[in-house]
Amino acid sequence: MSDHNDLGPLIPRNRAVHPPAYDIDYKTSVPRSPRWSLLSLDSGPSEETGPTFGHDVLGEWDNNLIMNWTRGKAPAVGERILVHGRVLDENARPVPNALVEIWQANAGGRYRHKKDTYFAPLDPNFGGCGRTITDENGFYEFLTIRPGAYPWPNRGNDWRPMHIHFSIFGHSFGQRLISQMYFEGDPLIYRCPIAATVKDRSQLDTLVAPLDMAKARPMDFLAYKFDIVLRGRRQTMFENKLEGM
Amino acid sequence: MVQKLDTLVESPSQTAGPYVHIGCMPTYAGNAGAYDIEIGESPIAEGAKGEVIEITGEVFDGTGWALRDAMLESWQPDAAGLFPGQDGADPKVSGFCRFAADSESGKFTLRTVKPGAVKARGGAMQAPHISLWIVARGINIGLQTRIYFEDEDNSADPLLNRIEQGNRVETLIAKKTGDGQYTFNVVLQGDRETVFLDI
Ligand SMILES: [Fe+2]
Repeated sequence: MSDHNDLGPLIPRNRAVHPPAYDIDYKTSVPRSPRWSLLSLDSGPSEETGPTFGHDVLGEWDNNLIMNWTRGKAPAVGERILVHGRVLDENARPVPNALVEIWQANAGGRYRHKKDTYFAPLDPNFGGCGRTITDENGFYEFLTIRPGAYPWPNRGNDWRPMHIHFSIFGHSFGQRLISQMYFEGDPLIYRCPIAATVKDRSQLDTLVAPLDMAKARPMDFLAYKFDIVLRGRRQTMFENKLEGM
Repeated sequence: MVQKLDTLVESPSQTAGPYVHIGCMPTYAGNAGAYDIEIGESPIAEGAKGEVIEITGEVFDGTGWALRDAMLESWQPDAAGLFPGQDGADPKVSGFCRFAADSESGKFTLRTVKPGAVKARGGAMQAPHISLWIVARGINIGLQTRIYFEDEDNSADPLLNRIEQGNRVETLIAKKTGDGQYTFNVVLQGDRETVFLDI
């Protein structure tokens, strides 16, 4: 990389929009939350660079969770939906070539994982993971089924709202983000202690995907729109440039 | 009222949960074959230049119990201090690895090459290090930290020198236990809590 590739340091994270590490209502966070302050520093090459993933790692069915577990042989059970959106950065610019990975429970709320023992049955035609890479304008799409809500051991009777887990790679290791997408209108969202780790209601609402009839396909699937914002880079005329980059 | 900014707010993090492996490491979740190619299986290919090392460790919670469900990611330059994509970087080094605490023992292993030194923004030389990112059920936002090495000169590293309590510096330094063998534990909470970064 030469000087003109130095896009500037990452914008420091606004920790106020993220959940605090410790939240007594999400019990597992109690022993797993650091007590000391984070050490805050300007980013450097270790955080500003990152792995790149090409389309060569993707398989034909990777972004279609209805069909990918059987490689196109038989569809999964459930309400068919398209999940689509854009990956943008804090400067409102699209992030092309971002790797978006998702995982979710099946229509009954059961995960295909050796540790999930919930008695909703596995769907033999549903694996529950998918991935794709954003296009040059930051857009992505998945075809999947709407996951079911499920109970989990926390307080006496806690249920997770319907949700899809998202893992996003931008261009910098320091942009790394894992989050969850919720569905418009689900009454369980505002009863969920994990959703409630996001303290600002307007921030939590950015994780709730609206029904998007403009993308729904008649007689086939409904659609939900979910945009994701990653950290951006600070570009001013007054930055220290990285040497040797 | 004032003018509107043109910026957006970063999406809030949510915990990776107990089933993060389904999406990121299907074979580990018991779902081998979900993808033809899983990403981050190794940060190096055969023939990578430099010293091949193995870093083993555990991720401990505040009670001293090792997590069985943590997932970790590492990112580093090659032995010469060049990141993939930079001119002259070792093509055998992808620099990225995804690995998990063992579901029985809680132990993780990272096999890689020892990274070279890289300059920080502004030109100060940093000691060789690997960036580490840790997620798990109960971790609400991925934890960033770094692995430095006991057998390198860490005395001038700008990040380590920013840690006020000298006794906390060692939480970022892998201990050498043998030829090419290191131990690095992550302590999420408590007296020997790892220094986590906001960087
Ligand atoms: Fe979940």
